[in-house]
Amino acid sequence: MMRVLASTVLACLIAAAPAVAIDTEPAFEDPGLQARYETIIAEVRCLKCQNQSIKDSNAFLAADLRREIRRLLSEGKTDAEVYAFLVDRYGEFALYRPPLTGKTLVLWLAPGILLLVGAGVLIRVLRRRTALPIDDEEAAGT
Amino acid sequence: MLRYLLLIAAFAGLVVVFSIGLQRDPSELPSPYIGNPAPVFDLPTLADPERRFANATLAGQVSLVNVWATWCVGCRQEHGFLMELARSGRIPIYGINWRDNRADALRWLTQYGDPYVMSGFDGDGRAGIDWGVYGAPETFLVNGEGRVLYRHTGPLDPAVWQADFEPLLAASGGEQ
Repeated sequence: MMRVLASTVLACLIAAAPAVAIDTEPAFEDPGLQARYETIIAEVRCLKCQNQSIKDSNAFLAADLRREIRRLLSEGKTDAEVYAFLVDRYGEFALYRPPLTGKTLVLWLAPGILLLVGAGVLIRVLRRRTALPIDDEEAAGT
Repeated sequence: MLRYLLLIAAFAGLVVVFSIGLQRDPSELPSPYIGNPAPVFDLPTLADPERRFANATLAGQVSLVNVWATWCVGCRQEHGFLMELARSGRIPIYGINWRDNRADALRWLTQYGDPYVMSGFDGDGRAGIDWGVYGAPETFLVNGEGRVLYRHTGPLDPAVWQADFEPLLAASGGEQ
């Protein structure tokens, strides 16, 4: 019985961990604003710990950036204005999904182009292979 | 024959891309301020909260703005060179004491020497964010019109100074 209780409590604690998040400040009272905040911080790179978003990072720079974003949102700034604030200071690298511009064109198009090239090569190889006579079985049989 | 040439060309292309790409430090980010006016800032000075360190302080001279903190290992590392640079009188150095504690920062300057004309105190890191600082130490070269000419991340040393700062400084009117 104790064991069941203990493991239930533990399970609840583990389940609750993501909800606590890293923010020490209270959530926005307006759930819409809070939702926008959560979306934005998941889109912003922690510049200090580059493979984390500022939503996931404990670095103090991430905490500072979250604080600034909270301030901007509570001042009534739009999402676009918040992103612009970050890009002005840190460049487009701060955003996980930078806008499609001349500079980021390669970044956005390269995966598609590579996929097409790969598919082209694959099709050619497969065509050639099916055109070859099948003599493997005979070779294996002897 | 052609396909082998193609393969070799593709391989050579990759070698070129990687030999350039892999030598870059991915933790070093370009500053969007290069060539543009420095951000607007107005900080109390470290030594005297009544005095201000702001854009106007930098006007009319080529200067360095060095972002430092007592918790920053790289800052300790570059401190000797900053002292040397300050003594040479080559360029005025201003500090932004970033996300630090005033008492610790003042003790640091007493203990290791103070290379700065003055330091602004940015306890909550807001000015740091405005400057696009992502890790101390960072050093900005700012010209007389308040434009940022260069940003170096990481500790300064004589080699970096000669290679990256000195040419820009000479070009912007500071005599050798």
